[in-house]
Amino acid sequence: MKDQLALLPGYLTAHLQLVLVALLLGVAVSIPAGIWVTRRRSLEPGVLGVASVIQTIPSLALLAIMVPALAALGTFTASLGLELRSIGYLPAIVALTLYSILPILRNTVTGIESVDPALVEAARGVGMTDRQRLRQVELPLALPVIVAGVRTAAVWVVGTATLSTPVGATSLGNYIFSGLQTRNTAAVLVGCVAAALLALALDQTIRLLETGAGRRDRRRLAAGLAVLVGLYGYTAVSFAAGRSAAGAGPPVRIGAKAFTEQYILSEMLAQLVRRETGLSTEIVPSLGSTVAFDALRAGDLDLYVDYSGTIFATIMQRTDAFVGRDAVLADVERFLVEQHGIRSAGALGFQNTYALGMSSEVARRLSVRGISDLVRVAGRLEIGGDYEFFQRTEWATLVDAYGLAFARQRSMDPALMYEAVRNGDVDVISAFSTDGRIAAYGIVLLEDEKGVIPPYDALVLAGPALVERAPEALEAVSRLAGALDEQTMQRLNLAVDRDKRAPAQVAREFLAAQDAAAQ
Amino acid sequence: MIELREVTRRYADAPAVDRLSLRVEAGETLVLLGGSGCGKTTTLKMINRLVEPSSGTVLIDGVDAASLPPHLLRRRIGYAFQAVGLFPHMSVAENVGITPHLLGWPGERIRERVDALLRRVELAPEEYRERLPHELSGGQQQRVGIARALAAEPELLLLDEPFGALDPLTRDRLQRWFQDLRAELGLTTVFVTHDMVEALLLGDRIAVLREGRLIQVGTPRQLLREPADDQVAELLSSPRRQIEVFEALLEGDGA
Repeated sequence: MKDQLALLPGYLTAHLQLVLVALLLGVAVSIPAGIWVTRRRSLEPGVLGVASVIQTIPSLALLAIMVPALAALGTFTASLGLELRSIGYLPAIVALTLYSILPILRNTVTGIESVDPALVEAARGVGMTDRQRLRQVELPLALPVIVAGVRTAAVWVVGTATLSTPVGATSLGNYIFSGLQTRNTAAVLVGCVAAALLALALDQTIRLLETGAGRRDRRRLAAGLAVLVGLYGYTAVSFAAGRSAAGAGPPVRIGAKAFTEQYILSEMLAQLVRRETGLSTEIVPSLGSTVAFDALRAGDLDLYVDYSGTIFATIMQRTDAFVGRDAVLADVERFLVEQHGIRSAGALGFQNTYALGMSSEVARRLSVRGISDLVRVAGRLEIGGDYEFFQRTEWATLVDAYGLAFARQRSMDPALMYEAVRNGDVDVISAFSTDGRIAAYGIVLLEDEKGVIPPYDALVLAGPALVERAPEALEAVSRLAGALDEQTMQRLNLAVDRDKRAPAQVAREFLAAQDAAAQ
Repeated sequence: MIELREVTRRYADAPAVDRLSLRVEAGETLVLLGGSGCGKTTTLKMINRLVEPSSGTVLIDGVDAASLPPHLLRRRIGYAFQAVGLFPHMSVAENVGITPHLLGWPGERIRERVDALLRRVELAPEEYRERLPHELSGGQQQRVGIARALAAEPELLLLDEPFGALDPLTRDRLQRWFQDLRAELGLTTVFVTHDMVEALLLGDRIAVLREGRLIQVGTPRQLLREPADDQVAELLSSPRRQIEVFEALLEGDGA
């Protein structure tokens, strides 16, 4: 708990940087748009409709869409000499701003339109221009309603900002995502409680403004404004501090997808780079699978670990995995260099392959050893897979090659699959072969007799920018090539998942042991 | 002086006001009288362009009202109406001083004018200046509304049933108060009402409207003597009938 709380200032500051800026932008867009709509009534259904549609996009999807959208926009703006980062702060802030628009916009329109028509007539009658009427009568009277909209938006944005972690923006969501993956309840709890408290605090602060404006109570207004000015001031200072810290040159940015092994490996890469080259590093954790690859290609990430089979199947769209482990690896490395200028710093030595896993007890009872044995019983079984598994070509290939047909399939969080199969909630899971819980929970992996699941060699990938800028970093991490076999990786994963050790600590101990063995 | 020439206002296809021509002489109070939907409010609002005529011309002191920017025109014309429409977020003084403020009067002059007007509408400035509208009674609000209409020393005053929503006693008092005020200021005034007694009490001349048309215009005496038709005659005799009923009741009591 204590080491979790030590992360709080950083995560909270990052969260504030997202929330406060998104709200400011939301207000800057929505209030003028709302006013504009009340001047041109015919536009109202259209503008409010667009805002509503944005709101119906699930927030996680809205955030994720921003990555390819910004990458596409980035290739266009690059020709104008403007660099856009497609992961990290920018996509998060764009999505959160979009998300804050509807409540503010709707309340601005409602607030202005609900001003008593007698007052509008009086304002015209005393000789106000349209602009004077807006500023002196309509806006002051609509203000409590508009502020109430900002308040709603603030609570939404605080909550939604926790989902910016998978697009590479640090937030309180870092606690929640990594905590869920590494089964660290304390981290999840700290993240949720901190986000809830922040939402409450902002809500109450803005409530002061709302009631202050409604009752024309100067003291409430002043108190609410003072808190907001303080928060914005702090955020501005934190931005400035971040900028001056980055003055020494951009850090080597190391990505991690959202599972335990990735957290450990990203720490290893970061520690090696820092130790061997003295460059600063930044870990961007809990990225979505294709977000990481897109970011590397776009130069927003410098290093991360991916798997040969994933690139082979998902990026290259190949289904001929039976060519063998070495052939796949060679094809993938050639493809990456030729198509994307991405260099491999070597295979780590282990594979983290997709494998179908069952509890050993159930497998014995049904006498299932390999996937072909599964075919005759699959009609009575339920299979659980991680969020992307059933969309991946590997699954389609498995189904085709063996003729598998399960009674039910269920997508679930990868962290929960292993317990689900142990407890009998599902019968088969799409396990990751390096997960420490396979051995610990007595799960057996079924043999892929037809060899249709591609090999998944863990590869350290380096983006084109890093190869140019700091070849020594590439050199440093290439020391990990061949250094991790499957048992080692399972052991390290278990240390985090079961023993609740910090990924950074587990990585540090592994590197120290490596050094000791080398001497 | 106000002159309406062949003024028409259509809503959808039906005319609310139909080719109406009328002169209001300088310094007189003209009452627009008629039942609901007769076009009297629409006629009034076409003078300060809260409603734009579909056709026809409104001349203010000989100048076409359509040739002036509407907000500048309205700053020269005092306007008060039944709903009052005091701005709830502004003090009494700010409400009264709004048009002078829009005209860019210096602060000291506005303050003096507001205090003088508050005294004129019988609200002690020291006590009422800083109050908010919701702290006033209905009659007080309406007096502030009239003070606001008078604030920028307008040449013309438009009043749309200003006492219509008040209780009878308050209305009676304000009507008598307004008679004095009118005599004192000598403003050119157009006063809309459906109340015959109010029309007789306050109007130098009365214009009777029906279905968007001007039926008759004249002094109360002219209208009483030579009503244009039976309906006008009946309209004008209604106060007399009320008094007869009233007196009959009194006599009944005395017997």
